[in-house]
Formats: sequence, C-alpha cells, structure tokens
Amino acid sequence: MSDIPGYRLVTPDSAPAHPYPDYRSNPLRVPKRPLMILPHTLSEVTGPAYGHESVKPEDADLTRQHGGEPLGERIIVHGRVLDEDARPVRNSLVEIWQANAAGRYVHQRDQHPAPIDPNFTGAGRCMTDDDGYYRFVTIKPGAYPWRNHHNAWRPAHIHFSMFGASFMQRLVTQMYFPGDPLFPFDPIFNSVTDEAARQRMISNFDLDATQPEWALAFKFDIVLRGREATPMED
Amino acid sequence: MSKTTPSQTVGPFFHFGLTDNYEIDDLAGTQAEGERIVIEGHVLDGDGEPVPDCMIEIWQANAAGKYDHPEDRQDKPVDLGFRGFGRVGTDPEGRFHFRTVRPGPVPGRGNSLQAPHILVQIFARGLLKQLVTRIYLEGEPANDTDPVLHMIEDAAARSSLIARNKGDGHYHWDIVLQGENETQFFDA
Repeated sequence: MSDIPGYRLVTPDSAPAHPYPDYRSNPLRVPKRPLMILPHTLSEVTGPAYGHESVKPEDADLTRQHGGEPLGERIIVHGRVLDEDARPVRNSLVEIWQANAAGRYVHQRDQHPAPIDPNFTGAGRCMTDDDGYYRFVTIKPGAYPWRNHHNAWRPAHIHFSMFGASFMQRLVTQMYFPGDPLFPFDPIFNSVTDEAARQRMISNFDLDATQPEWALAFKFDIVLRGREATPMED
Repeated sequence: MSKTTPSQTVGPFFHFGLTDNYEIDDLAGTQAEGERIVIEGHVLDGDGEPVPDCMIEIWQANAAGKYDHPEDRQDKPVDLGFRGFGRVGTDPEGRFHFRTVRPGPVPGRGNSLQAPHILVQIFARGLLKQLVTRIYLEGEPANDTDPVLHMIEDAAARSSLIARNKGDGHYHWDIVLQGENETQFFDA
C-alpha cells in the first residue's frame, strides 16, 4: 500500500517561539522534552467534518444575536481560508470569539472594569464556501489590559479557530488590525519572531468591501498547511 | 507557495466561543457500535498544579477502525451513530473526561498496522501553539507492535501515551505538560 501524503511541517519562521518566557503563562506549560516528529498516517490526514449540522447563517452576524444593537464600530471581517498551494479549504468550520468595543469579554473570569454590552456576546461561527470564503459582521474589539507585565495591554484582536480538511490542518490564531500602536509591546504578537510572519496575522483595511453608511471592512486571508504531494482525487 | 498563518494562544477566555455551547464529551451516544470506554484524567503544569483553562480535542476511528472522512478508502463501514470528534474544557481542578468507543486498528505507513489509538490536541492559555499527542489503551496486544510507540525509545516517554486500565471500561490518562512525568508530544 502506498503511503498517503502527509501535511508539510510548519516552518520555524511561521511558528511562535517555543518556549517564549516573555509571555508569563508560557514557561510552566510548555514541554521541555523535545517534540518527536510524527510521520503522518491515515489518522493524521483525516479529521472531523464538524459544524456542518449545526451552523446557522445568523451565527456569522455577531451584531444580531440579542434584542438590540451592540455599541461600537460595526465591521465586516472576511477573507479566504487557503492552503500553502493556494487551494481553497472548502466547507470547513471557522469559529471566532472576541472582546466587546470596550475591551471586555463576557467570560466570568474577565475582571477588567470596562462595561459588558448586553447586546454583544462576541462569539461567531460560519462554514467556508467552495472558494474557501468566509464572512462575519461584528464590532471592532477594544484593547484591554492584562497582568503579564507592568502596564501590559493586548492589541485589539479577534480569536480565530479553523478546522481545515484534516486534524493536522487545525489552526487557532488571532487576527489583528492594521497600524495598532500596541504591537511593539505585546509578547503574544511578538512570540512570532519573524517580521513577515507577524504581518500575516494583521488584517488589511478593505475599502471595496465596506458597506456605505453601514460598516467598515477588514480582509483576513488565512493559510493552513499544505500537502507534501497532491492526494489522488476521486 | 504561500506561507502559513502563525498560531496564537487560545488565551484564557475561549470558553464562550469554543466549549460552553459546543462541548462534545460523549462521542458514542446510544447508537454507536462497539465497546464503550471512558478516558479520564487531569492536565498538570510544570509545578504539578492542575490546568483549569485547557481545551482538549480528540479524533479517532470507529470500532471497526474506519475514519468518517473522504480520504479513508478502507472497505469498512462508517458508523452513523458515532462521531469521531470530541472537545472538552478542563474543570477548575484540571479534570477532563470523554466517553467514546474502543477504536479499531487502522493502517499505518507502509504495510504496518497501528494499535487502537486516539489523536489528541491540547490548547491552553500559555500555549502559543497547540500540543499534539496520542492515547493508547493499556492491555491492547497490538501496542507491542505499534509503529509510533515503537519509535519512542525512552520507556517513560512511551508509557506516557498509554492510558491505564482501571476496569469497567475506564481508563486513566493524565496530560503532564512539563516535568518529571512529562507527556511525549509530537511535532506533527
């Protein structure tokens, strides 16, 4: 039996540093024993078709999940999920979660003294289409303080979770906004030490996709790992 | 060739987006074929303290050793009563559990056969990229010839992938992120 082509390893320049002690939660949680290369088998190149049965169209509009309109700057966040060979990742779940416009999460453990917005939860999901395209409507999240170091603030960001076509394509990342003055001071953003790789986590302002009199738009294309060789298609 | 988007941590506040409404701790339900098993354990950090803000996802074959995925071309039945994917958050004491079925054996590379196993990914505050490992089940005869277990020379590291049989279909498996009994993780 010929081997199924695996997924390419993530190159070190595209990965966060390991370990990265500037991020204070990292040193006690990161393994010390070297990671062992795992040649991919059928177990790794398969993965869940998750979300197909439960995602509803309204899940992609985070401004319409409550009785009223959330406060803040309404934005469209859209883009394509592709692999390294620019093939669209089709019909695959994208999940997002974020703080509200004031920089507060609905999470009970978030103690930042900024207001909760009763009209904004900040969680959304959608499936990519046949072009790998996804689209959310949401509110621009605020920056917020955390206790990593003196006067630490996270740049505004939206958490993204992608399933891809196999369990080894799974990616969780954060989308940032262009020109954020907090970038130089954020250890999570700078855990990716390669400048070009950091740029791939920053969305682009997208004037063409704005909705006049309604919402600004940001484009964020996501690239998941590609295959070592093209698998046979039916 | 395009370059991949870097990974970032899930952070401490993922629950309302990923687990509160979308947790799957029972993969088998009432309809799945096969022997019911429970995998339970703790996630521990380098000080041996429980990790209460961790998300664990698993992926496995059904009882016949078939993945419900287009690239699995084996002539084996898909089990519509079984979902191969699970996702849970750890509780305040760092505990987790999954209820599933004993997976069947699946082919490995070349002409090898892999012992029944479950793929695991671990996400947490502090982890900038998820950790990947596997669960094997104590007492499976095929463990002795499994190519992935065989690849791990260090006996303690190999043992860290084997869930201990507690009887009645219950298996105990701790995820030790760092330290003396550290789990073997993979660059996968």
